[in-house]
Amino acid sequence: MPSKLTREEVLRVARLAHLELSESDVDTFTQQLADILAYASEVQQIETTGVAPTSHALAAGPMWRDDRPEPSLDRDTVLKNAPDARRDAGLFRVPKVL
Amino acid sequence: MTAGASDPFLTAAALRAAIAARELSAEDACRAALDRIAAIDGPLHAFQHVAADRAIARARELDRLASPAGPLHGVPVALKDNIAVNGLVATAGSRVLERYVAAFDATVTARLEQAGAVIIGKTICDEFAMGSSTENSAYGPSHNPWALDRAPGGSSGGSAVAVAAGLAPLALGSDTGGSIRQPAAFCGVVGVKPTYGRVSRFGLIAFASSLDQIGPFARTVEDAALCLEAISGADRRDATAAPREVPRFLADGARDVRGLRIGVPERVLASGVDADVRRAFDDSVRTLERLGATVRSIDLPHSHAGIPVYYLVATAEASSNLARYDGVRYGLRADAASLDAMYDRTRSAGFGAEVKRRIMLGTYVLSAGYYDAYYLKAQQVRTLIRRDFEIAFADVDAVAMPTTPTPAFRLGEKTADPLQMYLADIFTVTAPLAGLPALSVPCGFSSDQLPIGLQLIGRAWDEATLFRLAAAYEHATPWHGMHPPVG
Repeated sequence: MPSKLTREEVLRVARLAHLELSESDVDTFTQQLADILAYASEVQQIETTGVAPTSHALAAGPMWRDDRPEPSLDRDTVLKNAPDARRDAGLFRVPKVL
Repeated sequence: MTAGASDPFLTAAALRAAIAARELSAEDACRAALDRIAAIDGPLHAFQHVAADRAIARARELDRLASPAGPLHGVPVALKDNIAVNGLVATAGSRVLERYVAAFDATVTARLEQAGAVIIGKTICDEFAMGSSTENSAYGPSHNPWALDRAPGGSSGGSAVAVAAGLAPLALGSDTGGSIRQPAAFCGVVGVKPTYGRVSRFGLIAFASSLDQIGPFARTVEDAALCLEAISGADRRDATAAPREVPRFLADGARDVRGLRIGVPERVLASGVDADVRRAFDDSVRTLERLGATVRSIDLPHSHAGIPVYYLVATAEASSNLARYDGVRYGLRADAASLDAMYDRTRSAGFGAEVKRRIMLGTYVLSAGYYDAYYLKAQQVRTLIRRDFEIAFADVDAVAMPTTPTPAFRLGEKTADPLQMYLADIFTVTAPLAGLPALSVPCGFSSDQLPIGLQLIGRAWDEATLFRLAAAYEHATPWHGMHPPVG
């Protein structure tokens, strides 16, 4: 059971979440997340042996449908919202990966 | 323009009837709404974006039809800015989507327009619907029309303000932990969170997918029922939208509540409830009793865990849903030399503090070593919260609680302490955790003239009982006829 949230853990989580935090953000979040987790520890006192988890409130489960191909959004329309698209080539562009 | 269009507090039902009878045109109604927005929305700031040209063009099309397009023919409607309308901005209150223009209609958008509604604009909301005051909007806040220094509630605060101030008779919001009901209570209007699966979420910018549900704001219970009927039903684009028949949620004159059994969870209300809220709540329960309902005390023993369970579950889902804002396909991009640095900088520049806090919390509780202790545990307690309601609903037809523990708090009052802000949702988080329908109906005022809301929670798929109780209560009380001191 985790007891105290450390700065190192906050930095680890920020890396997982792809967030670049300032030094002061790290301090603030370390304190605030520790407070929230302490408050949430109330949940851990509740007896749940043998209780199935609820991931979804829908009793019936998802609705199935036939997987029929149909037209999707027009490529030009979609690329209009892209921050750095090559619309003539129909591509999204990103910074160099390799 | 006729007299009808000059009354900004005309109901959707009355407006539709007047337009159908050709007493006024859809264009008159649309222009009246747009004029009022132009005149008084400055200090209220309900609207993120007013789509005047689109709305007038649409109203003129309706006026050319030989017969009404549907049950909302010519009725102006405002949409929370996390709901897609083809060709309009959809910021979800975030800088990361500042320039995003939706390339398709949400299912609710298409259904409203099929029913004849005229979409007049998009309303201010907390960023990605995360908040209880609209103060987390990158473009907010909205102001409570009953007292401009007060929060309108959130996250669908702009929609609540628009309806309360007579800028539109109807608006849509989304409710994940109370984001329709809490602002409805704060602004003195009706707000409905339907059963999970009643309304398609296609085109709703996702926050927490097992909880999010779209629903209406209105000034009367009848209008809310009309609007919900128009947007409900199965949708092949959302596998969680259930193929259940959409009933008339409020049959004409259905106000007979004799024999209905209402449960009051006394232990939940034992502490932390403002005295004015408690008085208004007790009065409203007595009114329902006088109308023929029976009232009994019930126990919801796991409700005290509602807030922590909600924040563990909702933030976990949010951390996953918000991974898509990576600067590649849409939205903001920050310059960087490498792909990873581009992701990190884009997300850091695009998200506000509360969204980052929730992504951090959600990522933490899902991460290796903590999943079982926090996320799985919260899902198990979610089961216990659901069971509490199942047990209660063996003996009662609806559960009554105040919608919020206090009337509207002041803007700025809770921004420094996230946990205090979370506690504003203490009575609203349990219904979505259990997937149940719930509504808030105005039930009085505090000593300083701030509205108070009565919350009714029902069995899954039984919105009709909630509408019947709320309509009976509304008919017996003066609150829905009282309007805020604006314009």
